[in-house]
Amino acid sequence: MIVEKDKNKTSEEIISSKKLKADIRPLKLSGLEPLVITPDSNFVNVGERTNVAGSKKFLRLIKEEKFEEALEVARDQVEGGAQIIDINMDDGLIEGREVMVKFLNLIVSEPDIARVPIMIDSSKWEIIEAGLQVVQGKCIVNSISLKEGEAEFLEHAKKIKRYGAAVIVMAFDEVGQADNYERRVEIAKRSYDILVNKVNFPPEDIIFDLNIFPVGTGMDEHKRNAIDFIEGTRWVKENLPHCSISGGVSNVSFSFRGNNPVREAMHSVFLYHAIKAGMNMGIVNPALLEVYDNIPKDLLEHVEDVILDRREDATERLLNFAETVVGSKKAKKADLSWRENPLQDRITHALVKGIDSYIIEDIEEARLAATKPIEVIEGNLMIGMNVVGDLFGSGKMFLPQVVKSARVMKKAVAYLLPYIEEAKEAPQPPKGEQYWQKTDPELHETMKRFAQDRRNNNPTDAETVLWNALSNKQLEGYSFKKQQIIGSYIADFVCLEEKLIIEIEGLIHQLPENKKSDKERADWLRQQEFRVIKFSRNEVLSNLDDVLSKIFRTLKKAPPSGAGGAGKVLMATVKGDVHDIGKNIVSVVLGCNNYEIIDLGVMVPPEKIIDTAKAENVDAIGLSGLITPSLDEMVFLAKEMQRQEFDVPLLIGGATTSRAHTAVKIDPQYGNAVAHVNDASRAVTVIGDLLKEDTRKKYMSDLKAEYDKFRVNFKKRSKVKSYLPIEEARKNRYQINWEETSIKKPNKLGIQVIDDFDLYKLLDFIDWSPFFRSWDLHGKYPNILEDEVVGEQATLLFEDVKKLLQKVLDEKLLKAKAIFGLFEANTINNDDIEIKYQEGSEEKVMVFRTLRQQLKKYGEKPNFALADFIAPKGNELQDYMGCFCVTTGFGTAELAKKFEEDLDDYNAIMIKALADRLAEAFAEYLHKQVRIEEWGYASEENLSNEELIKESYKGIRPAPGYPACPDHLEKISIWEVLKVKEKIGVEITESLAMWPAASVSGYYFANPEARYFGLGKIKEDQVKDYATRKGISLKKAEKWLNPNIAD
Amino acid sequence: MSKLEEQLHKKILILDGAMGTMLQDFKFSEEDFRGKRFTDWPVSVKGNNDLLSLTQPEAIEEIHRKFFAAGADIVETNTFSATTIAMADYEMQELVDELNYESAKIAKKVALELTAQNPDKPRFVAGAMGPTNKTASMSPDVNDPGFRAISFNELRKAYKQQARALIKGGVDILLVETVFDTLNAKAALFAIDELKEELQLDIPIMVSGTITDASGRTLSGQTAEAFLISVSHIPLLSIGFNCALGAKQLTPHLEVLNRFASSGVSAYPNAGLPNAFGEYDQDAQEMASQVKEYLEKGLVNILGGCCGTTPEHIAEISKLAEQYEPRKLHEPDYSTVL
Repeated sequence: MIVEKDKNKTSEEIISSKKLKADIRPLKLSGLEPLVITPDSNFVNVGERTNVAGSKKFLRLIKEEKFEEALEVARDQVEGGAQIIDINMDDGLIEGREVMVKFLNLIVSEPDIARVPIMIDSSKWEIIEAGLQVVQGKCIVNSISLKEGEAEFLEHAKKIKRYGAAVIVMAFDEVGQADNYERRVEIAKRSYDILVNKVNFPPEDIIFDLNIFPVGTGMDEHKRNAIDFIEGTRWVKENLPHCSISGGVSNVSFSFRGNNPVREAMHSVFLYHAIKAGMNMGIVNPALLEVYDNIPKDLLEHVEDVILDRREDATERLLNFAETVVGSKKAKKADLSWRENPLQDRITHALVKGIDSYIIEDIEEARLAATKPIEVIEGNLMIGMNVVGDLFGSGKMFLPQVVKSARVMKKAVAYLLPYIEEAKEAPQPPKGEQYWQKTDPELHETMKRFAQDRRNNNPTDAETVLWNALSNKQLEGYSFKKQQIIGSYIADFVCLEEKLIIEIEGLIHQLPENKKSDKERADWLRQQEFRVIKFSRNEVLSNLDDVLSKIFRTLKKAPPSGAGGAGKVLMATVKGDVHDIGKNIVSVVLGCNNYEIIDLGVMVPPEKIIDTAKAENVDAIGLSGLITPSLDEMVFLAKEMQRQEFDVPLLIGGATTSRAHTAVKIDPQYGNAVAHVNDASRAVTVIGDLLKEDTRKKYMSDLKAEYDKFRVNFKKRSKVKSYLPIEEARKNRYQINWEETSIKKPNKLGIQVIDDFDLYKLLDFIDWSPFFRSWDLHGKYPNILEDEVVGEQATLLFEDVKKLLQKVLDEKLLKAKAIFGLFEANTINNDDIEIKYQEGSEEKVMVFRTLRQQLKKYGEKPNFALADFIAPKGNELQDYMGCFCVTTGFGTAELAKKFEEDLDDYNAIMIKALADRLAEAFAEYLHKQVRIEEWGYASEENLSNEELIKESYKGIRPAPGYPACPDHLEKISIWEVLKVKEKIGVEITESLAMWPAASVSGYYFANPEARYFGLGKIKEDQVKDYATRKGISLKKAEKWLNPNIAD
Repeated sequence: MSKLEEQLHKKILILDGAMGTMLQDFKFSEEDFRGKRFTDWPVSVKGNNDLLSLTQPEAIEEIHRKFFAAGADIVETNTFSATTIAMADYEMQELVDELNYESAKIAKKVALELTAQNPDKPRFVAGAMGPTNKTASMSPDVNDPGFRAISFNELRKAYKQQARALIKGGVDILLVETVFDTLNAKAALFAIDELKEELQLDIPIMVSGTITDASGRTLSGQTAEAFLISVSHIPLLSIGFNCALGAKQLTPHLEVLNRFASSGVSAYPNAGLPNAFGEYDQDAQEMASQVKEYLEKGLVNILGGCCGTTPEHIAEISKLAEQYEPRKLHEPDYSTVL
């Protein structure tokens, strides 16, 4: 802990210096282990990453039911020192109560997480109560308050006491939130008196959250926010015995976002004073804390002036001062002192930092110093890349940095290539001969005798069998020698021409008097560019065919040389899918790690993948996809690979893929290794483990076992869920009171096209958080820029994308187009929506099919279908709906290609990620236009970007292929109604992905009760019904709905 | 101060020994278990010891009498498994009220009789509430850690029914015992607390957990101190440990309770650890010699025996305990806790 009271004392001294008085009543909590908070305890830090409201990553994991990964978040916090973990599942799209129970049940099964007490955090009492019913330890409830009046407060407090939990009481009452000293005191006292006197609540189990609000906002009424909290805390501690004080500290510095030195100082100063006043627990980001004593005097003075409200002009003075604090940090960036370092250090620095400004001059220097140009790659550059690999592997570097490193590497290699080609043409000694000459002269005679002896007198059974098969160029004409001396080693068999050594395990390959470690031998042989494959005696004797075919395949592979020596990996986005950002990142990262990448691009048909894999003799195949039909493509490929007897690992990645799908659907199809790689940072280790001779078998069998276990569990789990027959689900539909609801007729019915839209207008609509996610940087924008772990990288990445965005805007590099239509609509057949539209002068009808949730719901929750949000036909009620398609993708492919040609993968990936963001922003913008102008049902609306991202607006714009309507087939209907392809050029592929990729399409629903939901799994009866309604075969329906059909 | 609390300050209260061990000696057959009333019961009921309160009440009464005679101040009712949850095994959920009520009455009758004989040694009855055969915070399926075979509310209802019938039958104390999953115990305590409010009744509660093995934790993973904290929200007459371990192995955990508990501390260990045949063969003297450490250190207020303990064991322990002062009731000592 950085800010503590007894900083210089040891714990023993603290104990002896303070004999506890009898009237001390510590706050006692428990997980599997106790947590006792006494007045002498250090400040208790509450972990809050397991909060869907505070962590986008956690929200995503929960929404996607990735509970194992969500558990990791909890585990990381406990390992990172959180003494309590706060768990919050309050989100509109989550069944909070069920998920809270499920997650808590899982947590209590993990002793290393469950050892700490749990803070059950929700604004809904039913969720809190459900949580209290599944945790054995003594929890904290977060929170209750007098907001809804005394009766409810009493009732909840009484129950909490009965469940045996402590409670956080917010300084909130019927009037509102306490925002000054007097109100804090008033509400705290009233709450305390009720709890202690009426409920008999143990006072030590009461924790007050007295509301930490920002200071330095420039508004007079905020000036005393910090000091009032601190003084309020002091009053509470002096007047309300035994209770604790908590709060979320980072709020206080909210107005100084972006200036971490000042924020850190503010947090420390605030805590220093608040802890002195009696605050003893709270949520603090340990990375955003400066040691109080280390705060520079001048900064400290300015910050304390603000926190303690000591001067009239405190805020203004701190603002001015803050600029100098930021300035001094920025100046460091131009530090060029690394240029003075030795050559290798400079090259490593350039690679690690991704600086390409000096790389050519450094490489030229290295080339002149080397005997062969290839040595610069194998030596200088690989040394640097190994550092990059180590840093990345240990989590000290992040994806954007690695991709920048790759850019430097590529430039360096490109510069060297002509020299390498030139060197290759130089005459070389005849192949094979040189290795004879490399025999250690002193050992030569002894070794020769030993080898001769082995050759003639003592061949083992396995040796004889293999030799009989290899001798006399029997294996496709390759020439082998046996018991060959190479350096100071003897190889069992060697094909000198291809530099391939074959060893049979269990035999001695060295002179007894010249034993060197296996590793030394392997290293030396690798240096000599030999490859070694090993077989066991058993393999040779029992399965000679396999052994021979493996030798043959290895012979055909190019021997390792420089970049690409680690193995050859084929990468492809599967047929019908166009998304490749993740795949490209993985390719680049693998490329940096010495793999040769054969990237077949997007929309690659399976035959091409299979043929290329064979022709190139690749070591692994990586498949990527973003839309759900891609999942089936992957299954198909796995089957094909099995049928055609492939034996290379298959890697699965992309947003739509999951460990569950890989384990349940893909893995069983392919006898060899299948690995789901969910982020690029894992790709290197996974492929490494799958290809390395010494780890390959074990890793594969571990993977198989893991997936097998997963399948077994998965099958069990799905049994637990129960579903309603579709007829029942329809009865439990969401019912809008059509008598009372207001239906607004769109101001402008019909179809409109926007050609060449001004991208500038989209800037305010961009949601940046997913952009960072595509680079494996997790966190919510703008907080991510200050994240303790990824903040620095996120900031750099953000600067780069802003530069690119400026270029795109200035040079009009991307073209934005849109089409949308608003139509008369009514629900028919329960789940379908019929619309009327004009094609020329002809009036036409189109029916959109929607799908209904079938999972049996808890309590009164309805089973939603989108059709519920449109008035049914036949009630004389004319309702309306819309559909749309926007794109900002025209130009992306060309730009990406240009960057790739310039060896700039970093920007090639960046432009695609940026185009995606712009497309989403365009969809957001257009939706707003529709709400306010074109349809006009929300003309009064005034929402900030943040609120837009949180989807606080009225009405929804669900997209086919996403949770509310996962059926991609409906895109065809939208295309037909709007004539999307003809009018704005956006096409749909055979898997119904949109091309260009940076496009968004969907429906508009305007009813204020319309909401987003996830369809979840549906049953066969609905699939059949759907097929009938849509007039397609059951098989086709099953194919497209497959990911949503319950097993 | 109730008579019971008065006694608790005065002396170490002696709890009885093992009902199950005593019943084994009767070697009851299936017919004996059934008695006349359950001749046609569709499932086998042999082994349903709680049923014997209805079919062999004399045997139960005799056992209570023997333990009282050996010096016990408190006997436990024969209701360890008398909840709808545990009785489901015998399809006897409907008998739960009767089982508890009758068992309480049998014990109470003997207690009143002996108290009348010697008013200086008042005798008490503790209504035994076992852990049931299901756990609320653990999954019975190792492959599905999120699954639960029983919910808090199901447990709460079952315990409430049991407690209500025990109180009606006249017990002086409710004893939530052999707690291997704290969440089950919390459901029981929740139920009792509700009942106390409904009946406007202040009945003392004892809680006794079970440390399952050398790890020093309950089956659900809590340390002794975490267990104590997790059940401290309800005022308790005593908290302690029973079963699973012998007296010696229990000592360190009792030391934790002694230090941090603000209520009384109880212990009723097994007669040693089971031998290879699952039998307990520590004799009365040996067990008493191990229990002596508790007494010398002043760790307990209530002392008795669990599996394998007979009236001989209780007599020996009782004799020994008379020579020692009970543990002093005090506020928890957190002076050396950081």
